[in-house]
Amino acid sequence: VQRFTKAEIDWDDLEAQLIAGDLGVKLSMQIVEDLQAQARKLHDVDIVEVTKKHIRALLPAYTTPLPPLISGKPKVVLVVGVNGTGKTTSTAKLANFLKKRGNSLVLAAADTFRAAAVEQLEVWSKRVDVPLVKGPPNADPAAVCFDAYTSAAARSAQFLICDTAGRLHTRHNLMEELRKVQRIVGKKDPTAPHEVLLVVDATTGGNALQQAREFHKAVPLTGIIATKLDGSGKGGVVVAIQQELGIPTRFVGTGEQVDDFAPFNADTYLDQML
Amino acid sequence: MLSLLQEKLEGAFKKLRGHAKISESNISESMREIRMALLEADVDFKVAKDLIENIKTKALGEEVLRTVSPSQQIVKIFHDEMVELLGRETAPLDLGQPQRILVAGLNGAGKTTTSAKLALLLKKQGKRPLLVACDVFRPAAVKQLAVLGESIGVPVFQPSPDEKDAVRAAQQGMEWVKQQGGGIAIYDTAGRQEVDDELLAELVKIRESLQPQEVLLVADAATGQQAVSVAKTFNDSIKVTGLILTKLDGDARGGALLSMKQVTGCPVKFVGVGEKMEQLEVFHPDRMAQRILGM
Ligand SMILES: Nc1nc2c(ncn2[C@@H]2O[C@H](COP(=O)(O)OP(=O)(O)OP(=O)(O)O)[C@@H](O)[C@H]2O)c(=O)[nH]1
Ligand SMILES: Nc1nc2c(ncn2[C@@H]2O[C@H](COP(=O)(O)OP(=O)(O)OP(=O)(O)O)[C@@H](O)[C@H]2O)c(=O)[nH]1
Ligand SMILES: [K+]
Ligand SMILES: [Mg+2]
Ligand SMILES: [Mg+2]
Repeated sequence: VQRFTKAEIDWDDLEAQLIAGDLGVKLSMQIVEDLQAQARKLHDVDIVEVTKKHIRALLPAYTTPLPPLISGKPKVVLVVGVNGTGKTTSTAKLANFLKKRGNSLVLAAADTFRAAAVEQLEVWSKRVDVPLVKGPPNADPAAVCFDAYTSAAARSAQFLICDTAGRLHTRHNLMEELRKVQRIVGKKDPTAPHEVLLVVDATTGGNALQQAREFHKAVPLTGIIATKLDGSGKGGVVVAIQQELGIPTRFVGTGEQVDDFAPFNADTYLDQML
Repeated sequence: MLSLLQEKLEGAFKKLRGHAKISESNISESMREIRMALLEADVDFKVAKDLIENIKTKALGEEVLRTVSPSQQIVKIFHDEMVELLGRETAPLDLGQPQRILVAGLNGAGKTTTSAKLALLLKKQGKRPLLVACDVFRPAAVKQLAVLGESIGVPVFQPSPDEKDAVRAAQQGMEWVKQQGGGIAIYDTAGRQEVDDELLAELVKIRESLQPQEVLLVADAATGQQAVSVAKTFNDSIKVTGLILTKLDGDARGGALLSMKQVTGCPVKFVGVGEKMEQLEVFHPDRMAQRILGM
């Protein structure tokens, strides 16, 4: 991105950069318009820095980590999203993240549909050394989560993280299945699930906003995990999700290894985008 | 029923009534709408720009036909241009020697599922497909292919759990195929980001070992502006012969395909329309053009 002084701001180039970051055409144009309106006040400034600051203001000042419940009951975290975004990997990464901070956890292998999804999480559970609860083949995911809750409570675990099957937001019956998971864990603890994290692939374009809308309707989301930020995708759509739905990005995935994971930091994120 | 885009264009063309020709000035608003539509469908910024230039050139000077409205006419020019870009003909798989199909793409794009789907398709055509698992990296990736292979009754080569080298796994797979008496072998590789030079180099080595007649790049229909970089880098390093777009059963417009097609010049061979094994379809440029246009 070129850096311009007031006299020579190339607005088209700026808009192109924002669109290239997958912020979406509407949001990109909106940002450029806002900045143009401010332009009178801008004097020999670095437009890139101004833009970052502008987007920074659209994002939350800080994202809350996941504190354990005060009640001493397991905090239930559902990990959801469309196919292949990185749910299973992120479940393992999050478990590792929480464990390293001294928390005890149980994982639920609630993707009972995809070939070898349970085995995949099983490998991860061994690697991060966290117990896993699974059901028989083709088990009802809600039943798996129910059993996993029982196990987590018996172990006095602070967290139960449920890895769910990938599903397109357009599949009504599969979205219903998620609601059932939500309902069933709610029978164990009416305040559960406490966190519903949507895993968004940073490679995704505008469709991620639609994904977020639909998942949010089915199971109210509390946060986003943006994955694959190590790729060339900038994941700008999380800004659009924040803007429209007010759902903050909580964590980022930056690789296939378990430590390639961190709480979302808006400054780092924006430095990589522009 | 009018498409969303056409509806927008109707508005832009209200003022055109009475004009005999489409002119630079009276289509500028429509071109803006079209640009928006393309970008909203995740078509690459530059690809969209070039496309619009082409449409403009074609549209300018064209007689406004009496039978259709100017907006319909523009949409048609636009639609035809897209179909042209996407490739008029549907391209079949090259099943010639050495009968090796390499499947590659970004993480989670749908390679393993698509590999198995392709195997089923070939099996139904009376061919003898074989599956070779070369993803020795992702947890249970080999198992995933093995389960899918079993479900469709296609033999799967599973490298030893200790094998950590994907190139060696591919080579062992070739040996295994020979032992099996040959067949059309589909090699499923690990997902990787195109900016990861090390992993890309590994893929290049696999390609060199296999010398496949088909190298298929599998991409998610919801891919955003990264599409150009992905397609370009994969194509530059492993010379792609065909594209497969997955997850078209969702509502992603799939504009990324236009960019990928444009950058590689490779035909789109199939599209994935579900998680089930039989949910792989032949690509229809016409339907895809309509989808990207939001029609
Ligand atoms: N480069 C990179 N790859 C990632 C990241 N997170 C996940 N992956 C990879 O993305 C692919 C899909 O990850 P999974 O965790 O299996 O995705 P999923 O959402 O559970 O997939 P389904 O359950 O099939 O819907 C795998 O190859 C992962 O290794 C990341 O942050 N960076
Ligand atoms: N809805 C839908 N899901 C699909 C389609 N193709 C693949 N999937 C799903 O997408 C997810 C990822 O598919 P995989 O085949 O594991 O993807 P991959 O590219 O092999 O992933 P890695 O090897 O981890 O990079 C799985 O949940 C598949 O079931 C499709 O056409 N439609
Ligand atoms: K990135
Ligand atoms: Mg999974
Ligand atoms: Mg795979």
